[in-house]
Amino acid sequence: MSELRAQLREWREAVDKRVPWWNRALIGLLLVIGIVLPFLFSSSSAFMNATIIALAYAVMSLGLNIVVGFAGLLDLGYVAFYALGAYSLGWFGSGFFFKAHIHALVSPVASTLPGIHLNFILILIGAALICAAAGIVIGLPTLRLRGDYIAIVTLAFGEIIADVAVNGQSVHIGGGMTLTAGNLGISAVDSPYFPGIGSFNLLNLRPWYWLIFAILLVVLFVNLRLRDSRLGRAWVALREDEVAAVSMGIPLVKTKLLAYAIGAAFGGMSGAFFGTYYTVVNAGQFQFGFSIFILAMVIIGGLGSIWGAVVGGLALGYINNYLIPDVLNGIPARLGFNFQLTAVEFGIFGFLLVIMMVLRPQGLIPERRRRLELTAEIAPADAQLAEAPGTPGGGT
Amino acid sequence: METTTISPTPSPPAVAARSLAAVRRHAGRWGLIAALAALPVYYGISDLTHGYQAGVVAGHALIHHDLSKLGFNFAEGLSNGAIWALIAIGYTLVYGIIELINFAHGDVFMIGSFTAVGLWATLGLGLTTSALGLVGGLLVTLIIAMMVTGSLNVLIERVAYRPLRNAPKLASLITAVGFSFILQNVGLLWRGGSPQSVPDLIHSQQTVFTIGGVPILRGYILAFAVMIPLVFALTWFINTTRAGRAMRATAQDPEAARLMGINVNSTISLTFLLGGMLAGAAGLVYALYETNVWYFQGFKAGLIAFTAAVMGGIGNVRGAVLGGLIIGVIQSLSDSRLGPQWTEAVVFGYLIAIMVLRPRGLLGEETREAG
Repeated sequence: MSELRAQLREWREAVDKRVPWWNRALIGLLLVIGIVLPFLFSSSSAFMNATIIALAYAVMSLGLNIVVGFAGLLDLGYVAFYALGAYSLGWFGSGFFFKAHIHALVSPVASTLPGIHLNFILILIGAALICAAAGIVIGLPTLRLRGDYIAIVTLAFGEIIADVAVNGQSVHIGGGMTLTAGNLGISAVDSPYFPGIGSFNLLNLRPWYWLIFAILLVVLFVNLRLRDSRLGRAWVALREDEVAAVSMGIPLVKTKLLAYAIGAAFGGMSGAFFGTYYTVVNAGQFQFGFSIFILAMVIIGGLGSIWGAVVGGLALGYINNYLIPDVLNGIPARLGFNFQLTAVEFGIFGFLLVIMMVLRPQGLIPERRRRLELTAEIAPADAQLAEAPGTPGGGT
Repeated sequence: METTTISPTPSPPAVAARSLAAVRRHAGRWGLIAALAALPVYYGISDLTHGYQAGVVAGHALIHHDLSKLGFNFAEGLSNGAIWALIAIGYTLVYGIIELINFAHGDVFMIGSFTAVGLWATLGLGLTTSALGLVGGLLVTLIIAMMVTGSLNVLIERVAYRPLRNAPKLASLITAVGFSFILQNVGLLWRGGSPQSVPDLIHSQQTVFTIGGVPILRGYILAFAVMIPLVFALTWFINTTRAGRAMRATAQDPEAARLMGINVNSTISLTFLLGGMLAGAAGLVYALYETNVWYFQGFKAGLIAFTAAVMGGIGNVRGAVLGGLIIGVIQSLSDSRLGPQWTEAVVFGYLIAIMVLRPRGLLGEETREAG
């Protein structure tokens, strides 16, 4: 017990040293706001719905930020992990595989139904593992490539997985069961169930909110720790100069594959959440545009910046699910145009991407290193960094 | 450009993925050729031994044992491939000169189709137009469509790529994707969200003559009649004119070209103009051939054409044409044997196979990117 206490004190001191008090106060404040936020809005309002989706986007954005932002591997097929995560939920949390009777820690209702029904937390872990494996598979052919070629290979994988999702209806895996339900969608998926709390339902969105908020906190914590870890620094080193990094002894294959795997795992977790939240896993959701949508979050937030990824995810989540459909949708009609704003949402994101890249390429909350790269005062700022070797991420 | 970028692209490390390097050394070019030949050879043998259903006569399936179905696949694939080749040249030219995958290129092609179809209506071209009027009208359409897409491409370069030329390469790739989406939505607002059929002006499905049981349709002839002269004109331009020499010099080393007095900016604009013009021509041919247009055609065509450019060896015009024709055949084989819903996955499977086996493509030089 005393050992544990000593360990805790050591950690506490380390945190004290690294994080100034106002930062900790700010984080505490955000945490409190995050927890009490659902009480400020009606439990099934459109705003709550948009908030939940935006938080799930932020999780994906954090995952993609590891691949694109930290490791500098442009992944244009991130939708593949959304698809695999959602299908993990569809496969292991519904009656889709109706010949199987496997139940683990699910609600009393679900445990009497045919199919595979696992507890949501188990599915979440499973989705992360499946996506990590898929991330490694996708990463392997890109190891020798760089830049644009990586983008194209990942894009191709994303499209192949989306095609398999659509055509999976005609892929029979025995017993009259198919691989996916194609555009019909796997419906009637289980809602999350926790012993003592019960099953979630869509009339009360608050538990969903806390669930995705908790997932976001976990992912955020892992991200922050990864960034400053040996692995995180290896990613940044590879991104900045592959030859130099490899010469310094950074294992190229392992480091790159870990970036793909970890980034994919977060995408899968968010995908599984979306699967249960939307109550249907439909192949039509997994389009190339979604990969770009997630990429736009990372770019707009600031490539490689963790808080930027969260802000970008939340911002685009709200724009996409609240501002465009609920607030601004009627504007073109009022101006005399015959279309709805939701029809051109991807055009709007494309426009945001172009504007952002041309005017503020470092993003809303830029990572320190990238800000230095992209602004004029490179030389003096570099000199300052060199003089202060203790700065996080810089001198270690 | 390498000297001016803030994060220069280093050459690939020799230690990377030693096992994959070994695979490539042994497989390399022949592996790729074998992979490309696999589909036609397999289906050719299967047609000869098991036969295929050529039709139904009096309630019985008519089974043929010959290669004419394969020949039909080839004819259709090659003519489709002629369209992909025109688009692929645009990718290859731009990549050769500024090392950017111009993601918006496929959508420029789509805009070309839309412009052409819009012009038909303006010029009053319809199914009743006389042959002479049709030829004249289509020529005018071709020229205007090429001018529109060419200038559009130049405009995109000016707005989205030139300001970022000294930024990390990721930046311009992202604006390219952004512009692709903008153009798609322009198309969506222009002609709605579903494929629209357009008048079959040239009766593209009419058989002109038959070779060995393979019908050659009017659409096939049109595709080649547009593609071959344009490719020859382009090669002539690049190889013999002063501007073409400037293009080649800039592609080789922009910095040195600038020191030799070449205006690099206008040379790059010229490259985009040429690529865009070919995409416009492809757009017109596509509309005449497929007799339908929709806003998403450019995205799919862009990915297919890019695969073609990579397969032929990016930066290489002959390679782009070769790659386009090969991809066309693969597509047609997959359409008729596996079903059109799997075609995209098959093409992308090939793309990944190329990347693993021979990233520099069939005719390409070793590049900094693909090692």
